[in-house]
Amino acid sequence: MRDMTLDDLHGEAGVEHTLTYADGFRRRIYVVDREVPFPEGRLIVSRTDTAGVITHANESFVAMSGFTIDELIGEQHYILRHPDMPPAAFKGLWDTVNQGQKWHGYVKNLRKDGAHYWVHAAVVPNIRDGRIVGFTSVRRKPSRSKVAEAAALYPTLF
Amino acid sequence: MTLFFTVSPDFNAKYLPGWFVVNTWLQRQLDEGIHLETFDDFDSLHAALRSDSIDLIYANPFDAARLVRDHGFLAVARPHQRPDEAVVAVRADSEVRSVDDLLPGTRIATTDNPDVHMMCMIMIEPADLDAGNVFQQQRPSYVLVAKSLLGGEADVGFFLAETFDELSATVRNDLRVLVRSEIQVVSHVLLVHPRIANRIAPLRECLLSMAGDARGRAALEDVGISSWEAVDQEDVEFMIDLMTALTA
Repeated sequence: MRDMTLDDLHGEAGVEHTLTYADGFRRRIYVVDREVPFPEGRLIVSRTDTAGVITHANESFVAMSGFTIDELIGEQHYILRHPDMPPAAFKGLWDTVNQGQKWHGYVKNLRKDGAHYWVHAAVVPNIRDGRIVGFTSVRRKPSRSKVAEAAALYPTLF
Repeated sequence: MTLFFTVSPDFNAKYLPGWFVVNTWLQRQLDEGIHLETFDDFDSLHAALRSDSIDLIYANPFDAARLVRDHGFLAVARPHQRPDEAVVAVRADSEVRSVDDLLPGTRIATTDNPDVHMMCMIMIEPADLDAGNVFQQQRPSYVLVAKSLLGGEADVGFFLAETFDELSATVRNDLRVLVRSEIQVVSHVLLVHPRIANRIAPLRECLLSMAGDARGRAALEDVGISSWEAVDQEDVEFMIDLMTALTA
């Protein structure tokens, strides 16, 4: 996964961050102060393997993320990680789904162009013959009040 | 042995004779007795499923999930490019212009179709609405959902999209779509009971050839399907995972 560059922002002013993911990988990103609204009636759907590598992404996922499908397949799902999201939120996600349980919560995702979009995300383990073989994530339009609650809570979790 | 075939009761009533034509075509092709019985509502269907009498079912996604995961039903085919989508509609003169305008206490006219109800509840969630702060009125048909809206007994109505689109022009002109789902990957699916797993291959072959046969194609048109496409167990498992995630 490559570092972001200022070219990704298409002329918008961005703030630089360096993210360190749970596996120790570090990446430079830029964030712009712009929210892209979640499209009405759509669902963002993706699947990963057990290591979090994207194996399937639907059209809505591609459109909202700003990446092409070829840029997404084979990448870690954390390519969407926004620096405002506390690592504790994702630890809770992984702990839950690895126990075979469903997780849901409100997530601020980073787009390829540095903008963001909020989602109500649900992740379920894909259990086949009693074994977890991957994960399916479905994101839908969140309520503004839940987004406001999450936006107030997350800075306190760092 | 005569097989017992049924169809999820959420189909448009105009397709009822068509399903009997489909069944006749299948019996001739497979040279096997198949008894088609339809149910008026989901309660009746679910009672039949509990009695373990159904061999083949054209199931809606919600029932498909339960049948595959809990009863070991096996996937055969699904209609080509015919996803299940839902519509949340209001009366044309409603002051509600978008989902965000909806308030707690909203009166909802809905049916017993679990897929449509779930998809529509998800689509009004951005307005902070859930089962705990709305009033739900269950109606026996989508026509009566429309009637509830037009009569002012409900503020919003939940519809299967294809049924909404087939309401009479007069009724549709008096309604307005607030939001329409574009989920694309959730659809009905033809399943068989595991006790007839040995019939899957001939049944699938028969269904996939149906659109290429003049009588078969005519029968399919009578139920609003252009053709069948093969579906394997993993395709259905994926849809079930998605449905499971949506119930969060």
